[in-house]
Amino acid sequence: MSVQSALPRQLQGQAAGDLMHFGFLTIYWRDMIRFVRFRTLLVSSLVQPALWMAFFGIAMSASFNRLTPDVPPIPGVPTIGYLTFMAAGVIAMTTLFTSLFGGMVLLFDKNWGLLREVMASPLPRDHVIFGIALSGMTKSFIQALIIMVFGMLLGAEFFRGYSAGEVAISVLGILLFVGIFSLGFLFLSAAIAISLESPEGMQGIMTLMTMPIFFASNALYPVNAFPPVLQAVSVGNPLTHLVNGIRYFAIGDRYQAIGVLYTITPSGLLFSLSVLVLFALAMFGLAWWRFQRAVVT
Amino acid sequence: MAGEIIKVSGLVHRYGDFEAVRGISFTVEEGEVFSFLGPNGAGKSTAINVLTTLLRIQQGSARVAGFDVATEPARVRESIGIVFQEVTLDRDMTCREILEFHGCLYRMPYGERRKRIEELLAVVELDAKRDTLTKHLSGGMKRRLEIARGLMTRPKVLFLDEPTIGLDPQTRRRMWDYIKAVNEEGTTIFLTTHYMDEADQLSDRISIIDHGQIIATGRGWDLKNRLAEDVIYLETTDNGRSQEIVGAMEGVTEVKEKTNGFVVLVNQDGTHLLPRIMDEIRGQGIRIVTVNLKKPSMDDVFVHFTGRNLRDERAERPSAAIARAGSR
Repeated sequence: MSVQSALPRQLQGQAAGDLMHFGFLTIYWRDMIRFVRFRTLLVSSLVQPALWMAFFGIAMSASFNRLTPDVPPIPGVPTIGYLTFMAAGVIAMTTLFTSLFGGMVLLFDKNWGLLREVMASPLPRDHVIFGIALSGMTKSFIQALIIMVFGMLLGAEFFRGYSAGEVAISVLGILLFVGIFSLGFLFLSAAIAISLESPEGMQGIMTLMTMPIFFASNALYPVNAFPPVLQAVSVGNPLTHLVNGIRYFAIGDRYQAIGVLYTITPSGLLFSLSVLVLFALAMFGLAWWRFQRAVVT
Repeated sequence: MAGEIIKVSGLVHRYGDFEAVRGISFTVEEGEVFSFLGPNGAGKSTAINVLTTLLRIQQGSARVAGFDVATEPARVRESIGIVFQEVTLDRDMTCREILEFHGCLYRMPYGERRKRIEELLAVVELDAKRDTLTKHLSGGMKRRLEIARGLMTRPKVLFLDEPTIGLDPQTRRRMWDYIKAVNEEGTTIFLTTHYMDEADQLSDRISIIDHGQIIATGRGWDLKNRLAEDVIYLETTDNGRSQEIVGAMEGVTEVKEKTNGFVVLVNQDGTHLLPRIMDEIRGQGIRIVTVNLKKPSMDDVFVHFTGRNLRDERAERPSAAIARAGSR
């Protein structure tokens, strides 16, 4: 009985074709369909970062801007308003939240039985991870761009004095940082989702994680005033490095905000990027390990 | 071309201490419809999950479509289609997208995908619904779409786990027609069901499975004949003596007590034997109140082999408890 020859042609020689396998695009396509069709999710994920900017941004910058005139400015260094300072933080924060919850869809798929079709198919499991991560990254890109545009409409001074070419490069730079950061947290999120049974449990873990990551970072305020322990945490915190990258590209390598001088050297920028890359690789390793062990029936 | 398309031997599967599948062996011939018939919790789904590589095989061996589930799971996956017990359709995708997604998962080339989708939508009569989101489909339509999905990649074996669960009787009959049509096209079908009529109507061969073990395997009529040629039910004015009389007669294989009467299993043509039985009983001065003669049903077969009635499974416990309470 020659089952081999009866197989559809494209399935033979699969081993040779594995390198050229774009199966993750299938997962990506499906998740994006869902994102677009699920109106509440779509609208809320687009409006939510804008609301952060509109309410938190304006309220906080009003208070901070009242305090900062008392601080003597450092001569020769451009001063930026709090809204500009925190807009970068809001991009980072939104990326964090979107990415951490990005794997949740796998948990729902698992509970609704939808993941079984995928797990029973010949699609390698790392493609499921890649597909979900890619769609989460796309969502983060869309959100980051919305915040940039909306923030600038509200008065955030991004790309001040840049030429069109410099703006383009800066936007790409920001998206590079946002992309790598979001991959890391999407991998982590996928690893958690595939290991858990209940969305409530996942919600709990996410909430526990977002607190320290968000507040022990330089997203909303300078870390200089932190106690040493918290400062150490912030240095190891991927969010801090994402914010560094965004501010470097959106504001510049030398500026002062809230009376604190910020300088980012190219090597510092490279260090931040390396931390994000290492984090993403480690999280991919974690997700890969969890997926190999996952049993979905 | 006939041959063994599924070959399982000594399959054991445990969840912790619980042995869900306890050493089953069977083969499925290419081109046939093969059923696992058994109550919920008998181990049917576990067995199907192992054969479809969703569960890693623990003990024993299994080959599907010529490939070993332990060492060549990817090959097995390419060769099979699955329709799961629960509906596993994305609510926010259209019928066409569901099939498109599936074809992509199995890396079907674009042209072949398009062609196959049109073919299958026609087969399951969903062409008019191609751009409808699955959340707007009826239960029967969803099931048909899932069958179409299972067939998308022209599998050698289609696994159907309780394919008509929760469907109304008319829709079930139509589903059976689709399944038969698919089988006639040459696809081997492996079916699990806890419906007697479904196993009986669809299958070439049936394995009765209970408590993780295969109790009997054979063609439907074969299983029924193994039980008895005919089943006779009698109610008389003296059931006790009548049972003794009948039990001693030639051609009677078994006599079973029932509430108001008793059942006689016979291994020859009941239409000839019944008058002789009635003469014997009347000859002893006993009056016969009720007589019934029928061919054994799958229900009878199941009761015979498992010692219990599939449908009464739930009711068994309370009534047993009441009986015990009454005897005190």
